[in-house]
Amino acid sequence: MAIIEQPAPVGAPALPAAPTPTRTYGALRRPVATTGWKSWVFTVDHKKLGIMYGVVAMFFFIVGGIEALLIRLQLAAPNGKVLSADVYNQMFTMHATTMVFLFVMPMAAAFANYFIPLQIGARDVAFPRINAFGFWTLVGGGIIVNLSWFLGGAADGGWFMYAPNSGPVFSPSHGVDFWALGLQITGIASLTGAINLIVTVLNMRAPGMSLMKMPVFTWLQLVVQFLLLFAIPVITVALFLLSFQRNFGATFFDVSAGADPLLWQHLFWIFGHPEVYVLILPSFGIISEVLPVFSKKPLFGYPFVVFSGAAIGFVGWGVWAHHMFASGLGPVSVAVFSIATMAIAIPTGVKIVNWTMTLWGGKLRFTAAMHFAVGLIVLFTIGGLSGVTHSVAPSDTQQTDTYYIVAHFHYVLFGGAIFGLFAGFYYWWPKMFGKQLNERLGKANFWFMVIGMNLTFGPMHMIGLQGQPRRMYVWTEARAGEGFFNIAFWNMVASIGAFILAFGVLLFLINVFKTTRSKEVAPLDPWDARTLEWMTTSPPKEHNFDAIPTVHHLDEFFHRKYEQDPNTHEMKQVATAEDILREQEANADKHIHMPSPSYWPIVLAGGLPVIALGIIYSIPVAIVGAAIVVLALFGWSLEPSTAPDSDFDPPASGDGTKELAPLG
Amino acid sequence: MADTAVHHAEHGHHTSTGLSNNKLGMWLFLGSECLLFGGLISTYMIYRGRVGEGPRPGNVFDIPFTSVSSFVLLMSSLTMVLAVAAAQKRDDRGTTLWLTVTGLLGATFVGGQMYEFTAMYNEGLGYTTSLFGSAFYTLTGFHGVHVTVGIIMLFSLVAIIKRSNVPGDKAEVVELVGLYWHFVDIVWIIIFTLVYLIPA
Repeated sequence: MAIIEQPAPVGAPALPAAPTPTRTYGALRRPVATTGWKSWVFTVDHKKLGIMYGVVAMFFFIVGGIEALLIRLQLAAPNGKVLSADVYNQMFTMHATTMVFLFVMPMAAAFANYFIPLQIGARDVAFPRINAFGFWTLVGGGIIVNLSWFLGGAADGGWFMYAPNSGPVFSPSHGVDFWALGLQITGIASLTGAINLIVTVLNMRAPGMSLMKMPVFTWLQLVVQFLLLFAIPVITVALFLLSFQRNFGATFFDVSAGADPLLWQHLFWIFGHPEVYVLILPSFGIISEVLPVFSKKPLFGYPFVVFSGAAIGFVGWGVWAHHMFASGLGPVSVAVFSIATMAIAIPTGVKIVNWTMTLWGGKLRFTAAMHFAVGLIVLFTIGGLSGVTHSVAPSDTQQTDTYYIVAHFHYVLFGGAIFGLFAGFYYWWPKMFGKQLNERLGKANFWFMVIGMNLTFGPMHMIGLQGQPRRMYVWTEARAGEGFFNIAFWNMVASIGAFILAFGVLLFLINVFKTTRSKEVAPLDPWDARTLEWMTTSPPKEHNFDAIPTVHHLDEFFHRKYEQDPNTHEMKQVATAEDILREQEANADKHIHMPSPSYWPIVLAGGLPVIALGIIYSIPVAIVGAAIVVLALFGWSLEPSTAPDSDFDPPASGDGTKELAPLG
Repeated sequence: MADTAVHHAEHGHHTSTGLSNNKLGMWLFLGSECLLFGGLISTYMIYRGRVGEGPRPGNVFDIPFTSVSSFVLLMSSLTMVLAVAAAQKRDDRGTTLWLTVTGLLGATFVGGQMYEFTAMYNEGLGYTTSLFGSAFYTLTGFHGVHVTVGIIMLFSLVAIIKRSNVPGDKAEVVELVGLYWHFVDIVWIIIFTLVYLIPA
C-alpha cells in the first residue's frame, strides 16, 4: 500500500503532535482541505482541474448550442421574426466565440490536463499552480466575454471582428470591449497552459519513455501547445490594438484615419489559422487512441501519424491568407497561399489513411466511442474535401461569405473536433469516474448527432452555392429559387436538423446523469486498452501511480498484458490489469509528497476580470485589479509549490506504511 | 526512494531533457514573447510613414540621447551577467550588489524613455496624433513596461535574498530573471535599429 502524505489540516483532531501548516511565506496559511468545495477551488491536482475544465466547457457548449438553435429558428422561414438584426449579429458572434474559445479549446484542455500526465507516467504537471491559474483565468475570461449580454449587448462584429465593424461607429455598445478583454484573458490561460504542458511532456516522462514511445494523444497535444505558444501572442497584439483604438482613441484600424484595414485581418488569421489546428488536433489524438483499442491492433504507421501532426504544426503557419483571398492581396500572394493550402491537405490525408488502415483487418468492436471515432473519419473527410475547394482561389472567391463556408467549417469542427471529444468522453469516462457511460444511450446519442449534423450542415453546401450569404439575419421568399435548389426547403431542413442534433446532445447529458446516479462500477480495464493511463485505478489515485512505471514499448500497458507466442506469433494474454496493478502496489514508492494546494492561483486569476471591468468602466477599478494581481504575484513567488517536509506528517515507524490521505 | 518525480523536478533534477522545468518554461515564454514583439514591430513598420498632420519620425527622434540610454540598457546586461556569476558562486553580497546596479541602470533607461516621451509630446506627437504616434508609443511603451516589470523583479529579488527566503534554487532564480532581462535588452536592440536608426 502506498502512502501519500499530505500537510495536516489546521486544528486536526490531535494526532500526536500534528504539525500545522507553516506560514513562513506570504500572508496566508496553505489550504489543506481534502474534501468539500475547498478541495476543488484551491486544488492544483491536474485531474481535478481537468474535470473542472470539462464542466465549464460543457456549460459553455450548452450556451453556445442555445445560441445556435436561436440562429436556426430565425432562419427557418423567410423574414424570420425571432431575433432582431442587432441581436442576430450578437448571436452569431457569440455562438462562434463561445464554441471556439469557451468550449472546444477548454474541453481539449480538459483532456490534456487529465491525461497527459497519466499517459507519460507522471504524477502531475510541471507547474501545478500555473495549471490552476490557467483554469480560473479561463473562467474569468468566459464570464467577461458573456457578461456583455447583460450590460448593454454582446459583441456583434463576427468572431473575426473585422474592421470597421469592430470600431465604435458600427459597434457602439461595450460588447466588443468585453469581447476583446475577455479573449485577452482566456489567451493568458491558453499561453500559461501551453508552457506548462510543453514542459510537462518534454521533462516529466517516465523512465524509458522516449518521444517516439509517447501515446499519439500526448504527441498531438504537444503540437497543439506549440501552436498556442506562438499563435496566442499574435492575437494578443491584435486585441491590444483593438482595445487601444476603442478605449484610448488610437486609430489602428480606422481607414478614414489612413489605417490599413488588412492589418487586423493579417494579425487575426496568423493567429486564426493555427487556431483551427488547435481545435482539431486534440480530437485527432483522441481517435488515434480509440481506433487501435477497438480494432485490437496497434495504430497503423505511428511515426507517420506523429510526423504528419508535426508537419501540420509547421505548414499551419503558412496558410493564413487563404481566409483573405477576397481582399485583393495580389496574384503572387494568392498563388503562394493557395498552393500551401493544398499542401496542408497532404499530412491530413496521411492521417485519414492511417486510421483507415488501423481498422483494416482489426477485430472491430463498435462501442459508442468507436462510433464517434469512425464518424469523425467520415465527416472530417467531407469537411476536408470542401476545404480543398476553398484552396482554389477563383472558386473560393465565389464561396466567400456564403453558407458554403459555414457548411465546410461545421463539418470539420462539429464532425471533426466535437465528434473526437465525444469519442473521448465515452472512451475515458470509466477512467475518470470509475463508471461506464451507458453504451445503448451512447449509440443513440451518436446516431441523433450524426443525422442531425448532416441535416443541418449538409444542405448549407447547397444554399451556399445558391448564393445565400452568411451573417444575414433574414432571407426572403423572392430569392428562394425553385425545385431541388429551393433554399426555403433546405433552410427548414437545416433548422430541423439542428434540433435533432440538440436532442442527441441532450441524450449525452441524460447519459451522464444516469451514469452518475448508477452504482455500477466499471471494470479496471473495460476496453482492453493500450496506454499508461489505464495502468492505475479508476479514478486514479491522487498521486496517479503507486510506482512510476519504466517504459519499454510504445503501448506499454498492452505489452505488459500480452506477449507474443514464439511458435504461433499470436499475441497471448499473460497478465490482467489487476495483476499489473497488484505488482505496482507491492513495489509502491514511499513518502510521496504531492504539490500542495494554494490560494494564489484563484486570487491572481480573480484580479484579471477586475482589471478588464476597470478598463471599460472606470480606471480606479482597474488599479484595484492590478493591485490584486501584484499582491498575488508576490504571495505566489514566496510560496514553494510543495510544502516543506516539516509540514507533512512524519511517516510511521517501521516500513513506513501509514495511510494519511484518502486515496482516489 | 525518498521523493517523487514531481518533487525532483521542482528542484531541477532528473527531468527527461536534463533542463530544469523552470528554465525550460522561461525559454518557452520568451519564445512566445518574440511573436508579441514581432506583431508590434510589424504594426509600427507598416504605420511609421503615416504621420498625417503630425510630426515625422525624423523630426522628433533625438538619436544621440536615445543612443546613450540604449548604451545604459546594454550595460545592464553586463551587470546582470555579473549578478548571475555571483549567484552561482553563492556570493550573496555580490549578487545583491549587481542585481541592484542592474535595476538602477534599467530605471535610468525607463527614466530616459519618460523624458523622451515628454519631449516628443511637447513637439506635438501625442498618442492619437497620427498612426505613427499610436504605433510608436504602443511599441516602445510595451517594451518600457517589460523593462519596468524586470526592474520590479530585480529589486524584489534583492529584498528576498536579503531576507534569505528564496523558494527553490537561488542561483537558478537569479538566472531566470537574467534570461528575461537579456531578452528585453535584445528586443531593444532590434527596436532601436528599426525604429530610430533606419530612416523612414
